[in-house]
Amino acid sequence: MNAQTLTYREALRAGIEQALEDDERVFLMGEDVGRYGGCYAVSKGLFDYYGEQRIIDTPLCESGFVGVGIGAALGGLRPIVEVMTVNFSLLAMDQIVNSAATLRHMSGGQFNIPVVIRMACGAGRQLAAQHSHSWENFYAHIPGLKVLSPATHTDARHMLGQALEDPDPVIIFEHVMLLNENGEVSESPEADMESALVRRQGDDVTLITYGGCLHKALTAANKLAELNISAEVVDLRCLRPLDTDTFLGSVEKTHRAIIIDEGWKTCGLAGEISAIIMEQGFWFLDAPVKRLCTAEVPIPYPSHLEQAALPQVKQIVEMAQAIMEGR
Amino acid sequence: MNQKLHIDRTHLINQLKQMLRIRRFEEKCTQLYAEEKIRGFLHLYIGEEAIAVGVMSVLKPEDQIVATYREHGHALARGLSMGSILAEMFGRTNGCSRGRGGSMHLFDKQMNFYGGNAIVAGGLPLAAGLAMANKKQHRDAVTVCFFGEGAVAEGEFHEAMNLAVLWKLPVLFVCENNGYAMGTALSLSESETNIAKKASGYGMASSQVDGMNVVDVESATSTALDLIKTTSQPYFLECKTYRFRGHSSFDGQLYREKEEIRQWEEKGPVIRLQNWLKENNHFNEEDLDELESEIKAEIEAAIEFAEGGAWEDTADLCKDVYSPTQQGEPG
Repeated sequence: MNAQTLTYREALRAGIEQALEDDERVFLMGEDVGRYGGCYAVSKGLFDYYGEQRIIDTPLCESGFVGVGIGAALGGLRPIVEVMTVNFSLLAMDQIVNSAATLRHMSGGQFNIPVVIRMACGAGRQLAAQHSHSWENFYAHIPGLKVLSPATHTDARHMLGQALEDPDPVIIFEHVMLLNENGEVSESPEADMESALVRRQGDDVTLITYGGCLHKALTAANKLAELNISAEVVDLRCLRPLDTDTFLGSVEKTHRAIIIDEGWKTCGLAGEISAIIMEQGFWFLDAPVKRLCTAEVPIPYPSHLEQAALPQVKQIVEMAQAIMEGR
Repeated sequence: MNQKLHIDRTHLINQLKQMLRIRRFEEKCTQLYAEEKIRGFLHLYIGEEAIAVGVMSVLKPEDQIVATYREHGHALARGLSMGSILAEMFGRTNGCSRGRGGSMHLFDKQMNFYGGNAIVAGGLPLAAGLAMANKKQHRDAVTVCFFGEGAVAEGEFHEAMNLAVLWKLPVLFVCENNGYAMGTALSLSESETNIAKKASGYGMASSQVDGMNVVDVESATSTALDLIKTTSQPYFLECKTYRFRGHSSFDGQLYREKEEIRQWEEKGPVIRLQNWLKENNHFNEEDLDELESEIKAEIEAAIEFAEGGAWEDTADLCKDVYSPTQQGEPG
């Protein structure tokens, strides 16, 4: 398979371009996605090529334009709606949760909403407490939605196309710390969008993660190898529905699990995954499941505090060493 | 009056019948609610029938309707069968939403009836989106969005107004101004109580109409649709009306005087058209009896249809959360 090297941002853009080329019902809509080129420059250049009918700049009204996207999907189009950050998406939560997620069910299956909503998430750029959060769990809580977290460049490139093929609403989270990173992009998707993938094979402990923490888990796994601990890394990729078979299969092999989640611990995804392991994989375990999450604080501005709040490679390594004690 | 309207005796009697269908149906619903056959909330449209009947009579099959939780009248006037509406309120699988929605969430794809939205103002952005899809796909259809004056206080109202004009979307916004958002009077919730004026703040053409007069509503709708088509711009129609019953099944109506209700009832849409037809010798008691008995039979058939509907098997509880293609949710 031919691979090319792109930044994560370029991979996202290539995915959008492909979608626009493949299906004339597809259009991109959001705040400053056109003339400005996108808040994070993901859509830079697309307006000049595709024009204002397909790259639509919206006013600052998240509920309004996300609702329009949902209505347009209901009317037969395939909108890609960009919300600048997950924090702003709270202003559109009514439309996403009360309309997009419910219409199919409330109508007894008569209507479906093939909308894709993309948003930036994650901390690390010193953007403080209103631009930096990981709230994938808010949306992963909602029946009727599907939630994707592309952590690799190939997923950044191909998950959008997969999401647009889905007849139901899909939310895609793009971690801001990945945008400038270079990586290899495969020509085709690595798996269907709802499957988790084992990104690194190992025997001793399973590191379960997604999004911006994947590279931290892989880095930690390499360090652990030097310490004679063989870590397997599972990239969840899709946070709803969760591919439980993949992470349970891994835990069955390694007998130990650490969940690394940039969301807060309380009522978060890590707790959900931990509970699934307890319910369905309890007898696989040789040690209690551990969770490494963001500290329970709104993300602070100074770099040293922001970094102190986030899961770090060193902590993963220490947690893995601790869980291996008494092996 | 709009030149295209042909308002003759037959048409007016049909309009009266449509309004009476809604009136008698909902009166029966209150009884069925007391019998606990209908549960949840029950928001009655009694008093406001002229709006749904007047607007719907001008629409074409391809036009789309987005309504609120007070939408029995809209559904009936649009042409959803009374049986499928009542079955929905009974929660049966032969309901228009397979029983999943209930009174507040009536849907019908064949009729281009997009609900039944119980989030106040939540339907407005959705309607703008449907209109955008029509425009982009060159469909000659108008999206008609009904909402109450309470929605005007919501941010989504203002966002949708702005987007509809900004993007020249073919939407007819129909504000059913019944004077009370649940129990809060308009003057207690709006700094500017002239609702139509708010539309003009967005550069949207608007008009106010007597929502208790079905002919006026029909005529205003026809004019509005013509304008939407010739100008490629949305239109705002404020219909002044009054709800004769409480907000929902749980409403002590402590916020208004009985005398106020009585005064509005005197100028109600049904009584008014009925009296006009009688005074002009177009209609007599026998004609009325005939209408009433036809409606009574329709209601009886609807009850039989609804009661005969199957309950969804609880094994199918999680059906229709996701589309059946792809993997969907496990379990």
